[in-house]
Amino acid sequence: MIRLAVVVIAVWLVAAVAGVIAPLDPSRISLPDILASPSAAHLLGTDDLGRPVFDRLLAGAGVSLLVAVLTVGLSATVGVALGLLAGYVGGWPDRVIGRVIEVFLAFPGMLLAIAMAAVLGPGLDNVIIALAVMGWVGYARLVRVQVLSLKQSDHVLAARALGRGDVAIVRCHLLPLVMAPVLVEASFGIAAAVVAEAGLSFLGLGIQPPAASWGGMIHDGVRYLLVAPHLVLAPGAALFAVVVAVNLLGDHLRDRLDVTSRSTR
Amino acid sequence: MTRLLKALADALLVLFGVSTLVFVLLAVVPGDPVDVVLGESAQSADREAMREALGLNRPLVERWGAFYLDLLQGDLGESLVRREPVSALIAQRLPWTLALAGAALLVVLLISLPAGMLAARNHNRWPDRAVQVIALLGLSIPNFWLGPLFVMLFSIGLGWLPVSGNQGAASVVLPALTLGLSMAAVSTRMLRASLLEIMSQPYLRTARCKGLDEHAVMYRHALPNALAPFITVLGLQLGALLAGAVITEVVFAWPGIGTLLVDAIGQRDYPVVQGVVLVIAFGYVLSNRLADLLVARVDPRIGAADTGAGT
Repeated sequence: MIRLAVVVIAVWLVAAVAGVIAPLDPSRISLPDILASPSAAHLLGTDDLGRPVFDRLLAGAGVSLLVAVLTVGLSATVGVALGLLAGYVGGWPDRVIGRVIEVFLAFPGMLLAIAMAAVLGPGLDNVIIALAVMGWVGYARLVRVQVLSLKQSDHVLAARALGRGDVAIVRCHLLPLVMAPVLVEASFGIAAAVVAEAGLSFLGLGIQPPAASWGGMIHDGVRYLLVAPHLVLAPGAALFAVVVAVNLLGDHLRDRLDVTSRSTR
Repeated sequence: MTRLLKALADALLVLFGVSTLVFVLLAVVPGDPVDVVLGESAQSADREAMREALGLNRPLVERWGAFYLDLLQGDLGESLVRREPVSALIAQRLPWTLALAGAALLVVLLISLPAGMLAARNHNRWPDRAVQVIALLGLSIPNFWLGPLFVMLFSIGLGWLPVSGNQGAASVVLPALTLGLSMAAVSTRMLRASLLEIMSQPYLRTARCKGLDEHAVMYRHALPNALAPFITVLGLQLGALLAGAVITEVVFAWPGIGTLLVDAIGQRDYPVVQGVVLVIAFGYVLSNRLADLLVARVDPRIGAADTGAGT
């Protein structure tokens, strides 16, 4: 199973790259070809404006990958930094960050992303910001809890006794130990970001037309469910395959790295 | 009793934080609400009068105070577009969302209880594997794809159920299934994991040695002890159902607060956006706290140890 997942993820990466370098026309409108079924000329058929679904699928792969990587990168960086600060320094920074974490956790993640996207307006960069605002809290909570228990451990006490500074202790003795759970969280974060980007685009709050996004393609295709089901089936299947694969990878990593606790969110 | 009060105070603090976050989020919104009411070509004198009427000229802190005073009285402001109280708009739509969430919760229970027990009982045999694979798939399938797939299969293909909207009781079936399935996957995994953990405990071996059959072991010894984490997850999910309902409602044109929210975002009707986000967030916090209290009831060990420290 894990091999299949790796293959799907590899295809996703290749598709994303191909969407950028291959000579595709995801936005070429061709009125004679409207709603064509899949055929030799149009591998996955065409949409309601005669645009080739296959080309749009590849372009959408690039968008989802870019959003997922940047979102997870941004939220993990912010979350880990704040979690380290709260857990290691303790005192009032911990109380403040702890309360903020609690408030953010009191929001269903997707609702926060929808509200942020509504305020910021649609667009690629705003989607990434909105999803990072929703995502950072998971990393912060995880790292804070880990550091709280790790900083009492013998190797940290030994390092302090040897006169190492706080920065060195955090960098050499704490950060490497929290990286395994962060990696697991990040792989689930990729899946969550892919779904959330597609969800926002489905609601019209994400990537704006004519740019292609899997969520937007599903939204546009729903109107033609009767005559052209491939408009919904193709992007949905791509999205589903990627999310399953990334979640499988996350499960695998968790078992491998022996990370026990994980939020159910 | 003190524990209850403490939990209540804690919940109030979180609600305060949540509402502040929502207020700040929507106070810094880049667009001008006046444009929404009067249109962008309005005269500057009219604009100024409208700013005054909407209270936008006052300093932020003052608006924040007024926001709380109104909120405490249940006043969520007035819709910019429809000129109706936001609370009335929400009250109209909320029963629909609650009906959908309730039906979806039923789906979650009906699927995850038997599936979780089936998997735990057959640990590492094929029923367990099958449940795990299906749960992974269910967890990964986005609502806004599952919904159209169901419509294709049950409405267009088989003609069993209405496509959308409010056409009697049958129209709740597809939205509830769509909303409930991914949640059912999460709680199935949770129930399976906690059952497995409990089944490795010595007291279950004792129960078996006493000669109890598997049925009695499961229902009298394993399940009651696995319920606490399961209820916690259900509490999280009930709130998540309200939020997840936003997308599902849009898919099925369900007239709940989710479609109200998305319509309001499209019209830049910020008071309505603010009101709906607040209501959903409050529902989420309250259902989590309720689950915590329920857990303490079900599992006395937690009631004794937990001091209501929250999440």
